[in-house]
Amino acid sequence: MPLALLKAGFRDRSKPPPRELPATPELKKSYDVVIIGAGGHGLAAAYNLAKTWGIKSVAVLDKGYIGGGNTARNTAIVRANYLTPEGVAFYKESMGLFETLSQELDFNVMYTRKNHLTLGHTDAAMRTMRWRAEVNKHLGVASEVIDAKQVAEIEPRLNMSDAVRYPILGALYHPVGGTARHDAVAWGYAIRAAQMGVEIHQLTEVTGLEVTGDKVTAVHTNRGTVQAGRVLQAVAGASSHVAKMAGLRLAIRTIPLQACVSQPVKPIINAVVVSGSLHCYIWQSQRGELVMGGAVDPYPLWSTRSSLEFKEGLMGHMLELFPFLSEVRMMRQWAGMSDMTPDFAPIMGKTHLANYYIDAGWGTYGFKATPVSGKRMAECVATDTTPDIIKPFRHDRFTRFEQVGEAGAASVGS
Amino acid sequence: MSNRLSAPYGKLIDRSRSVTFSFEGAAVTGLAGDTIASALAAEGRWMISRSFKYHRPRGLVSAAGLEASTMVQVGVEPNVYACKRAIEDGLKVSAVNTFGGLASDKGRLLEKFSRFLPVGFYYRTFFTPRVTWKFWEPVIRWLAGLGTIDPDTPHGHYDKQYLFADVAVIGGGPAGLSAALSAAGAGAEVVLVDDNVALGGALNYIRQSDDDGLVARVTADPRITVLTEAVAQGLFSDNWLSVTKGNRLYKLRAKSVVVATGAHEQPAVFRGNDLPGVMLGTAAQRLMRLWAVRPGRRAVVLAANDDAYDVVLDLVEAGVTVAAVADLRDDAGADPRVAAVKAKGVPVHARTCIAEAVEGANHVKAVRLAPVTGPGSFGAAGEAIACDLVCVSVGYVPLTQLLSQGGARLVPDDSTCMPRVASLPDGLFAAGSVAGVWGACAQDGVRAGLAAAAHAGKDCGVPPAVAGDAQGRTYPNPIFPHPKGKDFIEFDEDIQVRDIFDAAAMGWDHIQLLKRFSTAGMGPSQGKLYNALVQKALSTATGITPPVVGTITVRPPVIGEKLGQLAGRGFEPTRLTAMHHQHVAAGAKMMVAGTWMRPAYYGPDAETAVLAEVAAARQGVGMIDVSTLGKLEVRGPDAAAFLERVYTWTYAKLAVGRVRYALMLDETGAIIDDGVAARLHDQHFYVTATTGGVDRVFRLMQFFNTQWRMKVDVANVTAAYAGLNLIGPKAREVLSALGTDIDVSREAFGYLGIRTGRVAGIPARVMRIGFGGELGYEIHVPASRGAELWDAVAAAGAAFGIRPVGIEAQRVLRLEKGHIIVGQDTDALTHPLEAGMGWAVGRKKADFLGKAAMDALEAKGLSRQLVGFELDPAAPVVPLENHLVIKGGDIAGRVTSITRSPSLGKVVGLATVAPDQSAIGSAFSIRAEGGVMVTAKVVPIPFYDPDNTRQEM
Repeated sequence: MPLALLKAGFRDRSKPPPRELPATPELKKSYDVVIIGAGGHGLAAAYNLAKTWGIKSVAVLDKGYIGGGNTARNTAIVRANYLTPEGVAFYKESMGLFETLSQELDFNVMYTRKNHLTLGHTDAAMRTMRWRAEVNKHLGVASEVIDAKQVAEIEPRLNMSDAVRYPILGALYHPVGGTARHDAVAWGYAIRAAQMGVEIHQLTEVTGLEVTGDKVTAVHTNRGTVQAGRVLQAVAGASSHVAKMAGLRLAIRTIPLQACVSQPVKPIINAVVVSGSLHCYIWQSQRGELVMGGAVDPYPLWSTRSSLEFKEGLMGHMLELFPFLSEVRMMRQWAGMSDMTPDFAPIMGKTHLANYYIDAGWGTYGFKATPVSGKRMAECVATDTTPDIIKPFRHDRFTRFEQVGEAGAASVGS
Repeated sequence: MSNRLSAPYGKLIDRSRSVTFSFEGAAVTGLAGDTIASALAAEGRWMISRSFKYHRPRGLVSAAGLEASTMVQVGVEPNVYACKRAIEDGLKVSAVNTFGGLASDKGRLLEKFSRFLPVGFYYRTFFTPRVTWKFWEPVIRWLAGLGTIDPDTPHGHYDKQYLFADVAVIGGGPAGLSAALSAAGAGAEVVLVDDNVALGGALNYIRQSDDDGLVARVTADPRITVLTEAVAQGLFSDNWLSVTKGNRLYKLRAKSVVVATGAHEQPAVFRGNDLPGVMLGTAAQRLMRLWAVRPGRRAVVLAANDDAYDVVLDLVEAGVTVAAVADLRDDAGADPRVAAVKAKGVPVHARTCIAEAVEGANHVKAVRLAPVTGPGSFGAAGEAIACDLVCVSVGYVPLTQLLSQGGARLVPDDSTCMPRVASLPDGLFAAGSVAGVWGACAQDGVRAGLAAAAHAGKDCGVPPAVAGDAQGRTYPNPIFPHPKGKDFIEFDEDIQVRDIFDAAAMGWDHIQLLKRFSTAGMGPSQGKLYNALVQKALSTATGITPPVVGTITVRPPVIGEKLGQLAGRGFEPTRLTAMHHQHVAAGAKMMVAGTWMRPAYYGPDAETAVLAEVAAARQGVGMIDVSTLGKLEVRGPDAAAFLERVYTWTYAKLAVGRVRYALMLDETGAIIDDGVAARLHDQHFYVTATTGGVDRVFRLMQFFNTQWRMKVDVANVTAAYAGLNLIGPKAREVLSALGTDIDVSREAFGYLGIRTGRVAGIPARVMRIGFGGELGYEIHVPASRGAELWDAVAAAGAAFGIRPVGIEAQRVLRLEKGHIIVGQDTDALTHPLEAGMGWAVGRKKADFLGKAAMDALEAKGLSRQLVGFELDPAAPVVPLENHLVIKGGDIAGRVTSITRSPSLGKVVGLATVAPDQSAIGSAFSIRAEGGVMVTAKVVPIPFYDPDNTRQEM
């Protein structure tokens, strides 16, 4: 039996266990760095500021609870098989960090390689996959175009029949793609950041930013005002709203992204299976639930409402891939708000204000970028220099016509 | 030993008909009308499942399908509520999540290690060293999950039906029945949804069972459609309900919705509270009255409200010995029912709780009572009282799931210890105990029904609100933790009180964090029975009162639609062109092209077919089905001006009878579609778009037309026309042979012209275009006559050796001619200058979609260029599309199209390259399959017939 469990088992149970996730302290008058948003990205940045850069006077503010926004709502898929060299290099670094994140945080984030398959049902899709595979391989990311026979070997439960609307021709196979426990990533960063002195303020909503000249001088919250040396915003879903407080207009449209899980069943699906043509993806969680989702909603909306149409369309397609799931019951559906940029790439780095930094535009790919965003945004904030790897994602690239062009690999919210 | 009571018990069963099914391999005989659980209980089998984590024996708690501990596997169907599924002859039922069967589940060993598996244990371990997780992850997966899925599950027959109602009423108890009747009485069309076999709700099983004729009146009312055994799963925006019944999904749109879902009883927490035989008081009542099942022989009742004494009286009447009543309250009170119980000689102990229930053979065998000494604490436990049944009646939880989904605001109410409906959105109404009205729930139903009808536009008065009477029904804190644990607060996930306290102490003290860390409320029932207890325990742990603790967000579905129900028949439209059957008859290999099916090539062998088809088009004549092309009618005084804005080129001066290429950009200057615009009249253009792009083009045109308010109308006529491209040097001869009133001579009908007339007797629009680079006519006719046209062309062309030509050959033809395919030779950012298509841009125009972006991009200078290339004939392999162009070790571009050209006898293609590689004659490297580097040379396009003499013949 693992040592940690023995220790837990023989603990003096008459006393409560020690606190790990920090309590919300009183707000101080000022901090070196204020981070808006205690999701995965904000907490990872706080952790890296404290650990790598020795900046420990950090307050992370959140209007809700730790990791309660899109960190809680994503479907936990991690992959790096993007299309653009900029994107691939960035997510590759993230994957590398995920590999050792449990050890780094001494908290099991359950990163699990799961044979990520992106199915191709048309010639055009297969062509795009070869493009992705070639770019991936060039940059050292394991990625291959495989044929239908190989697909069936990797995920034998898939319906490989020709007698369906969109027969499977092959797939983009990404063996290192997988999943991680999304909540645990946020908790792990929160616990370790707090141990180094970072303060996490839950139920602390930023209500305004005071801008004097080219600097943010104060952050107003529902619990009072704090002075900040530097401010980082990391509030997926509310990016436009918060950026506006800093006088920044973002090239973002916010669109709901829905997902759902089935009731738990015994292991039946092993891979992460994505189909762009059928607008759906599925994997089975450690708890036995089938985690399923698709593309963002057809229209922008500032809401996390669920819809029936989403489920109907999704299952129509899902049962084409896995017909035997028809008797399984849905357990829960939910939605998050995706900040979509025109080129399906994030917005990161410095802004027009000298001490305001932004981490936004995470569309449907924010969770898988959590470790690298935290690392690189911390570097950006600490050094006031944009690291090379995130330079392509600068916020003003749209007005400069320097888009990244990730649309071909970022659709189907996975 | 049968536990069956005699009539009049057993409202739902038919004693004349026995039904035999199997459970865990053993035959069980029940009566028609039994559920799986009631039939098992009638035979004295109370254990239905093993618990999720510790594999403890579990049975029914609510008898209403609210808890995962009653989930069983029925044939191929996993996770079926045994209390809701009617038995049928031959049904094969088994327990889920057992290791070695229900009776001797080896998984129970896990309970011995429970102290080493504290809440969230899996976050603490299994990751050092790193490979450990690879071992443990499958173990955890193997342990988790309830039912099994048979990969050979047959395809079920599911369908969907739309329903419409003025008023939808959810819940067929007295409140819902009254609401339905009053709404119908006001003239509303009503749909009443209830998940039980019989209407009447609690009236079917509680002591006071006079329904005042409500059920009969509802059943007889022509305005009320009744759906029983139907589950309202979700309430979505604008009163849009998903309702499942059998294999059908009803999609119900109502003007008003009345939620009258009632309340269920809440379990109490004490050591051993999860043992089979421990159940809610109403569960015992359901068993007796609905299915004539005696719930036990000797009972102890845990009480905390007066309704508990009804349960006692019911038990006594049914011949169950009630050994004791433990009432949590300081005083059992003066309700006459309490006196009646005492008069029967049943000992009633006030201020007393159950300290623990003792396990016998997978069942409760005794309890120990103890005095309540404070909130959640008790004194020394007394002697064990033997019993095989513990009934718990300590309070209620309203079934508010649909209200929450619908946007109602529910706030915890300290005076009732239940949530209260603080506000309801427009069009949503609540009635009866779900809304805090218990005694007068029929009256409240009448009010809600009338209010709903009035909201739906019926002319009726609405009576005033009915005062709530929820006080005193729910005990504030029925949680009595035991020092030795096994005091379960959440059965689905096997969570004990300590788990909640520990999680909160470790910092997961927000209700949402607690849920995510402890998994309370994340199980198959979504914690319906238990969430209120978890909330209460968190409040105790943190010292924060429930209103601040908050609640877990309720999400659809309430019970769970089957994926098959959601998918329905899975309509996935397949579009066939008017000439589809001709292709099939001609031996075409059909391929998927978006929503369409198109012929890839004709014949058994791809290579032979493509060569022959290309040869026909180049040397003789070929016929191509181009029906899938997008087709738009753009009409009105501003038609030309509109096209000038949405397309890059100019159309104002395009002469009537002429055709011009049309290229569309998005706001970022990227190419998104192309086609042609043909002018039929000064104010009428016939515009084509790509097969895959037309829907987007049409949507954009409508969007801009709405914004710009120009005098123009756009119609998508893609499906209205069939199209056939006649291609090849003999095309004109075939067209003449077909018979046409159009003068097809070169002089009268030159390249890029459009004419209307008749072809083979069919009204047609004929354009002299085609991207194959040969003499060509595109003949568009009404879709209804497409097949006729194909046949006529085939017949007329026979003498000229005509061949049908598929997509594969077209790709070769167009590439030989150097034409791009949008989306293949372009990507999400390609602008016209990169694609070498500056010629198609009206640079002098004041504005067009994407102009500002294109100007800015042009000012920046090109970063890549699309070029034509020839592969080095010595190349050892031919690259594939999307193999990369490599320059100095970096990615410089990619091959977008490539083919071995039969007409030219060499491999040609298009590729994006760095600007300094783009000059004619420059060489560049391509990394082909297996990393083999090959060389290509930039050459001018078109590759074939560079002077365009052939297409202008």
